[in-house]
Amino acid sequence: MIVRLLSTRLLWGFNKKKIRPARFAGLKYYLLDWVHIIVSSTEGDYLHIVMQDEISARRRYLGRTMIWGSALILLFFVIVQSLHQVGWLASGFATWRPTLYAYLFWASCLCWAQVILYGEQGKRRLFILPAVLFVVSMVIFPLIFALGIAFSSWNLSSPDGRQFNGFDNVIQMWSDPFYWNALKNMVYYTLAILVEYIVAFGLALLLNAQIKARKFFRVAFLMPLMLSPVAVSWMLGKSMLEARFGPISRLARELGWDNPSFFGSPEMARTMIMMMDAWTFIPLMMIMILAGLQAIPKELHEASEVDGATPWKKFWEITFPLMLPVSVTAILIRIIFKLKLADIIINVTSGGPGGATDSVTSFIFREYRDRSNVGYGTFLAIFYLVIIVIAMTILIKLSDRWMKPRH
Amino acid sequence: MSTQIFHDSKADKAFRASWMVNRIFIYGILIIWAIICLFPIYWTITTSFKTAPDVMKGNIVPWWDYTPKWLGFKSLGLSPNTIFIESTVREEFLKRFWNSTIIAVCSSSIAVMLGSCTAYGLSRFKYRFGFMRNSDISFFFLSQLILPPVVLALPFLVLYKELALLDTRIGLIALYTLTVLPIVIWIMRDQFSSIPVELEEAALVDGLSLWKAFVTIILPIALPGMVAAFIISLVLTWNEYFFAALLTSSHAKTLPVMVASQTGSQGISWWSMAALSFAAILPLVIIGIILEKFIIKGMAAGAVK
Repeated sequence: MIVRLLSTRLLWGFNKKKIRPARFAGLKYYLLDWVHIIVSSTEGDYLHIVMQDEISARRRYLGRTMIWGSALILLFFVIVQSLHQVGWLASGFATWRPTLYAYLFWASCLCWAQVILYGEQGKRRLFILPAVLFVVSMVIFPLIFALGIAFSSWNLSSPDGRQFNGFDNVIQMWSDPFYWNALKNMVYYTLAILVEYIVAFGLALLLNAQIKARKFFRVAFLMPLMLSPVAVSWMLGKSMLEARFGPISRLARELGWDNPSFFGSPEMARTMIMMMDAWTFIPLMMIMILAGLQAIPKELHEASEVDGATPWKKFWEITFPLMLPVSVTAILIRIIFKLKLADIIINVTSGGPGGATDSVTSFIFREYRDRSNVGYGTFLAIFYLVIIVIAMTILIKLSDRWMKPRH
Repeated sequence: MSTQIFHDSKADKAFRASWMVNRIFIYGILIIWAIICLFPIYWTITTSFKTAPDVMKGNIVPWWDYTPKWLGFKSLGLSPNTIFIESTVREEFLKRFWNSTIIAVCSSSIAVMLGSCTAYGLSRFKYRFGFMRNSDISFFFLSQLILPPVVLALPFLVLYKELALLDTRIGLIALYTLTVLPIVIWIMRDQFSSIPVELEEAALVDGLSLWKAFVTIILPIALPGMVAAFIISLVLTWNEYFFAALLTSSHAKTLPVMVASQTGSQGISWWSMAALSFAAILPLVIIGIILEKFIIKGMAAGAVK
C-alpha cells in the first residue's frame, strides 16, 4: 500500500518537475528524499512540510508589483482625501469610504501576493494573515486614534470641533469623584465573583453527582446565559423587582418586609445589580467547572474511598486541588466578562442612585450619551484599559506562579 | 408461618436513611435553582398574556388565576386577530429582528471562518513575524478578549462617521466579528490540537494540497467545535447592546436596542414589554434547548487541558 502510494507520488513528482532525478544517485536515496520532501516528520505537534518551490523571477516581480502597486493606490487615496479634508484640494470624496475600499484592495493583494511570492510557504501564511490584518486594522489603528482623541477636548455638540488640550483631561479625571466611584464599584463587582464561584462550584458538584434528569437540569441551568442582558434587565430589574407589583416584592411583603425597595439605597442597588449579573453568568463558570469535574478520573475517588476518606475530606484533598487550574481559568474568564459589565446597569438603574451602581463602562456610556464628551470619555476609557492590562497581567502571572507544581 | 431470617442491620438502615436525606437535599437544591433559572422566563411569558388588573393583583398561574388575553402580542401586532392587519409596531419589530439576525449570523460566520483558519495555522505551522513566534501570535489574538468594548466604542464612533459606516449593518458586523474572534480562536485551537497531525500527513502523501487537506479532511472532523464556536458567537452577538446602542440610530438598530428604548417609555403596560422581551429571547431559548450540547462543549473547551 505504502509503496503504491509512494510510487504514485513519484510519478506526480516527475510531472510537476519538482525534483531533478539527476541529483540523486540511486532509487533508495530518491525515495528517502521524496518522503522527506512531501511528508516530512513531525517535530512536536507541528506539521513539517519541506517543499521545494522554484519561484521564477517573473513571478517574484509580479508579486512585488501587486503589493507595492496596491499600496501606491492606497497612498494616493489617503493623500487626496486628507488634502480634501484640510481644504487644499477641491475635488475629493465626501467620505473616507473609497479609502476603505483601497485599503481592502491592498489587503487582498497582500494576501494573494504571499502565494505568488513564497509559494507553499505563502499558502501557510495565508492561514493567519487575514485574521492578523483584520485585528490589527480594527484594534491597533483605532487605539492609536483613541490616544489622539484622549488628549483633546472634543464635544460633539459644540461647533469648535476637536482641540488638543494636553493633560487637561488628566486633571479633570483626577478631580472627578464619579469616575473614581465607578472604579471602586468595579472592585466590588469583581469581588462578587468569589461568591459566584462558590455557587457555581456547588451547582457543578450537584450536576456531577448521580442524579436523574441530568439533561433537564443542565438545560435549565444554562438558560440564563442565553438571555440578552437587556431583556434580563427588564424581566428582573424592571418587572420582577418592581416595588409595587413585582412578584419578588410581593414575596418580600409576605415575608414581613413592609416597604420593599430594591434600588433605593446604594448598597441594596449594588447588591441587586451583582445578583442579576451573577444570575446570567453563573452558568458560564458552572459549565467550565463541570467539564473539569468530569475530567477527574474515577479511580482517584474509588481509591480514596477504599482508604476511608469522608466526603468532606475527599472534596478538600482530591477534588478541589485537582480543580485548581480549571477554577483559575474560569475565574479569569469571568473577570474578563465582568470588566465589560454595563448593559444591565445602563438599563436598570442608569448608574443611580447617585452613581452607586455605576460601572466604568456605563459611566463612560452616559458621559458620551448625555454630554457628547468624546475627548474626556475616551481618556477615561484608555485609563481604564491601562488599569485592566496591568491588573490582568499581575493576576495571570500570579496564578501561573501559584499553579506551577512546587518541588 | 415463616419468620424472617435475614434482617437489615442497624448500620444498613442508617445508611439508607442518610442516603434518602442526601437525595432529598440534592434534588431540593437542584429544583430550587431550576426554579430560580426558569421562573423569570415563565414570568415573562405569562405576563405577556395579562391585562392591567391581572398585573396589579399579581396573578401568576394562567387559567387558574386569570384568563390569558392576547394583549401583549396585540400591541406588537402579532396576536391572531391583528396578524393580518397592517401594524407599524410589527413592521418595526420585524425590521429589528431581521437586523439582529443578519448581523449575528454574518458576524458569527465570518468569525468562525477567520478563526478556524487562524487556529489551524497556529496549531500546525511555525510562524515568525518579526519577533513574534506562534505563542506570541496566539497571545496577541487572545489578549483582544481583555479589551473592554468601551475603549473601542468612541474611536469607532468617529471613525465610522468618517467612513459613512455609522448606522449600517456592515459596520456592526465588522465590529462584532472582532469581539467574538478571540473566543472562536480559543475554541478552535483546542479543537485542532486534539486532531492528530498524521491525518494531514496521510492526506498530503495522497496528493492533496495543504488547503485542500484542511478543507476536505480536517474541517469535517472539527465540525462539532465549529458549531460550538458559531453558537457561542451567535449568543454573544445577538445579545450585544453596547456597540449597537452607540453606533446605530435608525436603519441598523438591533433588537436589544429596541427593547431597551421601550423599557423606559412603557410605564406599567407590562404586557407589551413582556411580549417584546419574550420575542427577543425566544430564538436563543430554542437554540439553547436544542443545541445545549454544543454550547457546553464550546464553553468547556480550554477549561480542561
